[in-house]
Amino acid sequence: MRRFAERHPVWTVILLAVAVIILWMTFAIWPEWLVDAIGRKKVFLNALFNGITLGGLYFLVASGFTLIFGLMRNVNLAHGSLYLLGGYIGYYFATWTGYWMIAFPEAFIIVGARGVLLQIFVFRRMEGQDLRQTLVTIGISIVMADLMLWGFGGDFYNITPPSWLSGPIETGLVSSVKRSGDLVYLKYPFVRIVIFAAAVAIGIGMWLLLNRTQIGMLIRAGVDDRDMLSATGARIQLVFVGVFAFGAGLAGIAGVVGGTFQSVAPGEDIRFLLASLVVVIVGGMGSIPGAAIGALLIGLAEQFGSVYFPTYAVVLTFLIMVLVLAFRPQGLLGRS
Amino acid sequence: MALVEERPKERGGTLVERVPPSYWVLAVLLLIMPAFASDFTLFQIFGWTFILGMIALSLMFLAGYGGMVSLVQMTIAGLAGYMVAILGSSAIDISMGWPWYINIPLAIMIAALFGTIVGALAVRTDGIYTIMITLAIASAFFYFTRQNYVIFNGFSGFNGVLPPQLFGVDWRSATAFYYLTLFWAVLSFLVVLYVSRAPFGLALQGVRDNPRRMAALGFNVNAHRIAAYTFASVIAAIGGILLTWQSAQISPGTAGIGPVIDILVIAVIGGMRRPIGPFIGAFIYVLLKTFAIDVLIALGLSGDRFQLLIGLSFLVIVFWSPDGILGLWDRWQENRGKDPLTGDRS
Repeated sequence: MRRFAERHPVWTVILLAVAVIILWMTFAIWPEWLVDAIGRKKVFLNALFNGITLGGLYFLVASGFTLIFGLMRNVNLAHGSLYLLGGYIGYYFATWTGYWMIAFPEAFIIVGARGVLLQIFVFRRMEGQDLRQTLVTIGISIVMADLMLWGFGGDFYNITPPSWLSGPIETGLVSSVKRSGDLVYLKYPFVRIVIFAAAVAIGIGMWLLLNRTQIGMLIRAGVDDRDMLSATGARIQLVFVGVFAFGAGLAGIAGVVGGTFQSVAPGEDIRFLLASLVVVIVGGMGSIPGAAIGALLIGLAEQFGSVYFPTYAVVLTFLIMVLVLAFRPQGLLGRS
Repeated sequence: MALVEERPKERGGTLVERVPPSYWVLAVLLLIMPAFASDFTLFQIFGWTFILGMIALSLMFLAGYGGMVSLVQMTIAGLAGYMVAILGSSAIDISMGWPWYINIPLAIMIAALFGTIVGALAVRTDGIYTIMITLAIASAFFYFTRQNYVIFNGFSGFNGVLPPQLFGVDWRSATAFYYLTLFWAVLSFLVVLYVSRAPFGLALQGVRDNPRRMAALGFNVNAHRIAAYTFASVIAAIGGILLTWQSAQISPGTAGIGPVIDILVIAVIGGMRRPIGPFIGAFIYVLLKTFAIDVLIALGLSGDRFQLLIGLSFLVIVFWSPDGILGLWDRWQENRGKDPLTGDRS
């Protein structure tokens, strides 16, 4: 942090200013001119919160993607299909057992097992051939998309969260002032807050796992120099399988979350594949903190875009990607 | 994936003698095709094959000679088609109704400009990143055209986009459209063949094989790559305009994620070593797409499982013959007449 500030003083000031402005806009009661300029505070706060929680979902999808890429140099374009599969499995188990929570471990285990199969039977056979692996993942995603369409049909499924999680709660934030002088507080769906907190917890857990444990050390060593690590006697194939399973399992969990936030339907796989691609391009390939920052940026851009410039929302996301590519091709936190 | 382009053997004689006889047979066959083929075969099967082949050819040029697998070619084709619909005339009143000699060149130029900009972005990274970035751009284009109603008329797109009645010919009649697409397909095939042996193409192949050495030799690596994108965009743009005329409409789905991937599938199935590959791939794809339903129903499956068939055949090809049908053919040629014990040619 301090080193960043020393090296890029201008950027630090700009980032600090943006942070202060957003904090002020979140907590202050908006004066009349601001409401006239950009609309009501409630709209802004909703877009902000939706963007942050959507960023949490994107982080869940993209972190598995970036972890797999960082270690195995494998651009897994079937990641969106794993996400969708997780959503369907989550829906199936949640409606069958009636417990929302049970959907998460089930999706993690089943999709993770699928990841293990993929790694052992497909990717291990073509190790080091980046392009061929990528082409294979495209083929797999085509096949999986059609199989899922076959199995589950083209309907929209919605995973309903349990009753204690549904419904809005009051946040302490003032959204507007009534004419009588009473303060109106913002209400926000509780489930989204819980899920965002879970995403943050998973992110921190992953960071701790990578930076504070023996397994994490192995993985980081593998990211830096795969050949050297296997030469030291580490069982690198085991690490590969483990990381692939974990990354795929995260995509499965994200599928359940996505099914609760929005819906599970054919086509969502491509949407989330695109989202994770953009997130890791912006954040930097193979970097978990990069994925977090990228996910937050893209989530916010999407939500603010759809609120303030509806027809150009996609362009805003795309513009961020282009700017990052133009000025920092390796991504915000990527290593060149 | 792609190997060094083999230099044609120096052979004496006139141009007629240097082209292998099988090519002449194919050329004559393609020229007299309308005499015996049905309208459906001409318009749907061959017209579509040539169009998809051209778009896949532009990908083959980038991937085979430049080592850049770009998934944005279908998007460029779609953009050119949109431009013809917007600047020319269609059944939607957004269209400007400009004459063909303005809107077609302008459409190709805009598409080429777009392709160049995408190329300039994509060459900043290399290898598998190119796939990711171009896929992201292609999907952004799809979602953008679907959302935007002011320029692109949103979800429904444009219909009634017809080719101009040039020389009093209805270019959408089967025979005329067949010759139109055949002409452009052959032309782009020959141009790609020519460029691949011209200094620019050779330098591009050098850049593909060893960018650092080419840079040391004084070639501007990035400029060559970007120029390759521009060249490929023009071919894709012509293919896109023909595609729009064929179906007389253009909508976001034309350049959706599915078609974008299909172009890659076509190029990979055909083989990315030589320019004929994409056309072979396109022919197989079109045959599958047209007749798969009958085959699937005959096998007792529902006709909707076409994507499964395509995906599986793509997987099989990538698994066992990464250089496509052409690679299989080359290997068969090589092994033919070889003595199984000594490996000598008989």
